[in-house]
Amino acid sequence: MTSRLTLTINNRTQQHLVADGTLLVDFLRDQMGLTGTKQGCDGGECGACTVLVDGKPRLSCVTLAHSVAGQSVETIESVAENGRLSRLQAMFHERLGTQCGFCTPGMIMAAEGLLRANPNPDQAQIKTALSGNLCRCTGYVKIIESVEAATNHG
Amino acid sequence: MSAPLEFTLLHPANLTEAVKQMQAHPNARLLAGGTDLVPNLRRGIGAPDTVIALGGIDTLNSITETASHVEIGAGVTLAGLLASNLPTRFPALQAAAEIASPSIRQAATIGGNLCLDTRCRFYNQSQWWRKANQFCLKLDGDTCHVAPKGKRCHATFSGDLAPALLVLGAEIRVENAQGGRWQPLAQLYNEDGLDHLTLAKGDLLVAVRFPTSETRRSGYLKSRVRRAGDFPLAGVAVALTRTGDKITDLRVAATGTNSAPLLFDDFADVIGQPLSDAALTQINKRIGQAIKPMRTTNQPGLYRRQMVAALSKRLISTLYEQGAN
Ligand SMILES: Cc1cc2nc3c(=O)[nH]c(=O)nc-3n(C[C@H](O)[C@H](O)[C@H](O)COP(=O)(O)OP(=O)(O)OC[C@H]3O[C@@H](n4cnc5c(N)ncnc54)[C@H](O)[C@@H]3O)c2cc1C
Ligand code: SF4
Ligand code: FES
Ligand code: FES
Repeated sequence: MTSRLTLTINNRTQQHLVADGTLLVDFLRDQMGLTGTKQGCDGGECGACTVLVDGKPRLSCVTLAHSVAGQSVETIESVAENGRLSRLQAMFHERLGTQCGFCTPGMIMAAEGLLRANPNPDQAQIKTALSGNLCRCTGYVKIIESVEAATNHG
Repeated sequence: MSAPLEFTLLHPANLTEAVKQMQAHPNARLLAGGTDLVPNLRRGIGAPDTVIALGGIDTLNSITETASHVEIGAGVTLAGLLASNLPTRFPALQAAAEIASPSIRQAATIGGNLCLDTRCRFYNQSQWWRKANQFCLKLDGDTCHVAPKGKRCHATFSGDLAPALLVLGAEIRVENAQGGRWQPLAQLYNEDGLDHLTLAKGDLLVAVRFPTSETRRSGYLKSRVRRAGDFPLAGVAVALTRTGDKITDLRVAATGTNSAPLLFDDFADVIGQPLSDAALTQINKRIGQAIKPMRTTNQPGLYRRQMVAALSKRLISTLYEQGAN
């Protein structure tokens, strides 16, 4: 069945007809064309699909689109400010927190969720917040350093 | 590669509506956080034509406390539980912080965790993987690859909260079209990987509660391959009371070993005694006789058996030492 879905995506409230069984990741990528959000596994294991729902990190690959009705979804596409990289993005660029880039949207959204809740996390808190996000390239050290550089004390 | 999900999604606004919809669609699956159900459906494990989403039922989402009980709604998320003061007051509940990863804990609920499907390395696989392996007894096949001569499924219950709640003396509230009942949490489970929940069609888990007066020292320890995003190879929860030099009360619960979480509370031979190596051996002997870790994970059952003994020894000793102050 297909039903009407009202939600806010990247600060714009909108309505769409969406099949009931559609995963949020497929809705964002295929129906909305927001292909920044990646899919790296078959369910919950890698974090590549992390988006913010009402400001908190969620995995869009284990979430039905209709489960976030009425809520606010933010994807990597919303992070840049006026066409310029956000501070967090700039730090990933400068501190080599990204290599192939596949895990990066998920890493940034998970880190963004952390920094909103706690602008001054210590290294242990950063590691915990990113513990569900896998990266095959960087070895993680550069990612942790990038997020640390984006904190108030960084 | 994942199976397309084709079902009708219902959004009951309250319990009465949910129970009615469950009656009208007896084969519908319930969706809470979806962090267990959705990956399974994507792997072709189950293909319901109706799914009932519980997210809109506000009464499932609260934590309440009276003089007698702390009551946690089935829809409370693990992140919500961890944000409350309960894990500090009842430390076994810190088990919630060891579940999956932070983003999953934002969605994952208590009810979904207690009703988690059993797991097996021959079952939590994609449709084509299972097909290439001729499926198995639990779904679509007729042989168990873990114990081919037997006629039962040994898939393992791997939820982390159940043992913690068991040692806190938890009860669950089950509601259906006929009404509701409180029952001991242990009665939610069957030792059968195929049919590990005692919930009947139409039964909804609504809440879990435990005594506010719970004063035992408690804790939870978990062994796993990776420190985050990983199910327990074995998990042990303990609650104990030490009076002077003696253990006056002891409960131990294990997960990741059988098709049901197991509660042990009959340690008559060590109650009233100081904790000693002999007592720990006695306790672990009792547990060792009941647990049955099979080759449902990539790690051997023997390793998981040894982990249960090591974790229970470590946790009981630590809590006993803490009790000295
Ligand atoms: C990568 C990964 C790692 C994980 N690691 C762990 C881990 O370490 N430990 C752990 O315990 N779990 C783990 N999980 C499993 C899962 O995320 C959690 O168990 C979670 O708490 C399940 O809750 P949920 O609300 O998402 O359940 P759902 O997926 O919504 O539901 C799970 C099952 O319970 C049923 N159900 C849900 N609510 C009710 C209710 N109120 N009444 C009756 N039936 C109900 C559903 O129909 C379904 O069968 C992991 C999952 C993933 C993907
Ligand atoms: S224990 Fe046997 S029947 Fe059960 S899921 Fe594993 S292989 Fe299948
Ligand atoms: S794609 Fe969502 S966790 Fe891997
Ligand atoms: S940069 Fe390649 S996976 Fe992380």
